[in-house]
Amino acid sequence: MNDVRIITGNEAAAQAVKLAKPGVIAAYPITPQTSLAELLSEYVERGELKAEYVRVESEHSSLTVCISASTVGARVFTATSSNGLLYMHEQLHWASGSRLPVVMCCVNRGVGAPWSIFNDQQDSFSQRDTGWIQIYCRDNQEILDTIIQAYRIAEEVYIPVMVCYDGFILSHTMMPVDIPDAGVVKKFLPSYKPHTVLSPDDPKTINPVFFATRRENSEGVLCDGYMDMRHKLQSAFKKSGEIIKTASEEWAKMTGRDHGGLIWEYMTEDAELILTGMGSIATEATLAADALRAEGIRAGVVGIRTYRPFPKEEVVQAFKKATAIAVFEKCISYGYEGGVCSDLKAAFYGTDIKAPIHSYIAGLGGRDVKTGEIVDAARTTLESIKSGKTENKTIWLNCYSD
Amino acid sequence: MKDRDTNISGVCTPAVGEAGKTGEWRDARPVIDSTKCIPELKGKPACFLCWLYCPDGVVSMTIPVEIDMDYCKGCGICAEECPSNAIKMVREVDIDE
Repeated sequence: MNDVRIITGNEAAAQAVKLAKPGVIAAYPITPQTSLAELLSEYVERGELKAEYVRVESEHSSLTVCISASTVGARVFTATSSNGLLYMHEQLHWASGSRLPVVMCCVNRGVGAPWSIFNDQQDSFSQRDTGWIQIYCRDNQEILDTIIQAYRIAEEVYIPVMVCYDGFILSHTMMPVDIPDAGVVKKFLPSYKPHTVLSPDDPKTINPVFFATRRENSEGVLCDGYMDMRHKLQSAFKKSGEIIKTASEEWAKMTGRDHGGLIWEYMTEDAELILTGMGSIATEATLAADALRAEGIRAGVVGIRTYRPFPKEEVVQAFKKATAIAVFEKCISYGYEGGVCSDLKAAFYGTDIKAPIHSYIAGLGGRDVKTGEIVDAARTTLESIKSGKTENKTIWLNCYSD
Repeated sequence: MKDRDTNISGVCTPAVGEAGKTGEWRDARPVIDSTKCIPELKGKPACFLCWLYCPDGVVSMTIPVEIDMDYCKGCGICAEECPSNAIKMVREVDIDE
């Protein structure tokens, strides 16, 4: 008998964490993540989750607690949003550089200034190059399933994983969510085996100064320099794509739920127009694709589930037949264009994909993005490209300033 | 013994030389004048302020006083602290090997 409950995205995340059984949780409340942090502390207080819940004074400390606990062999969890994530910035690098399998939820929210508590993805997007795997979820069920997968991925490849989902749109919206049986999770998720254990029995210095050159240690072993150590992280990222896919496939076998590994596709088989994005805006795009198909336009959607590692081979395959591409994204690299748009163009370089790309910057600071608006934008893109206009463009959707 | 570094994160074990021969950084070395060094003059353990102040622990509390040039970074604190001006800092380029 399935345990299906109608719950918010934050509760789905909390349920997933409870099933993954971390030994240490440290989270500082911030809108829209707050109810996730509160639920976890309730589980711990009620004795439903046997974890140490460490109260901290800031996000910088919450991630530091997780880094320390992970270093001595504990499975850990934290969560944040927006400026809280930015406050963790230094420690994000520290977690990935130490190759610690920290799992964190980023409940996506616009970044100040000016203050916004509402949704966009500028927070996690701006932390793209901190050496974390980033997975974007499109509904509450995917949040739950992805967090459980995230522990398996992180602990296999020793890279921290950020599970990103849209604030309010998912975090505070109720949907039916199937809570898996604890036995299923236990079978799927082996216990955490740290790559290095800090213990008085085997004293070590963790993360001493590394020099540019390699060095011979006291045993005569030629040890890696800083650059060699960083290259190991990049090599691990290269391997991680397959591990993410395998985790997704095995979870699908055990639960019947397949959210895609690195990307997911919706009616792309014969699509001339492909819409793409990350998170809930891509879900919205599937409704737009339905509406466009009703008009006779062969539209499809590619959802970017894993943003780092970027699924280069997968997108080249998925966009092969497109004649027009419309990217909808809730973030921008100021002074250039949307990040997903840039990455797609880079992935397509040197391939046969020559379709023009229109990048729509949409929904910043919670501005609503309706299905009809995606339909109109995508239709305009297709018509413009069909009329022979082949230049790539960036368009701010529903924006009124010059 | 491992012939390559299998660690995936920055780790070293507490041992002499784990950070490499840091003496290579030195651009000036302390040279002791035994005619002025107090323990040598008195022929018994005395003074040893160079040993006390050395931030790298490379000065020996022996007669004569010895400095481990594999790890002396040439900071000059011993020369500064020596009460009998027995230690002079000599630039490495001026030293005949």
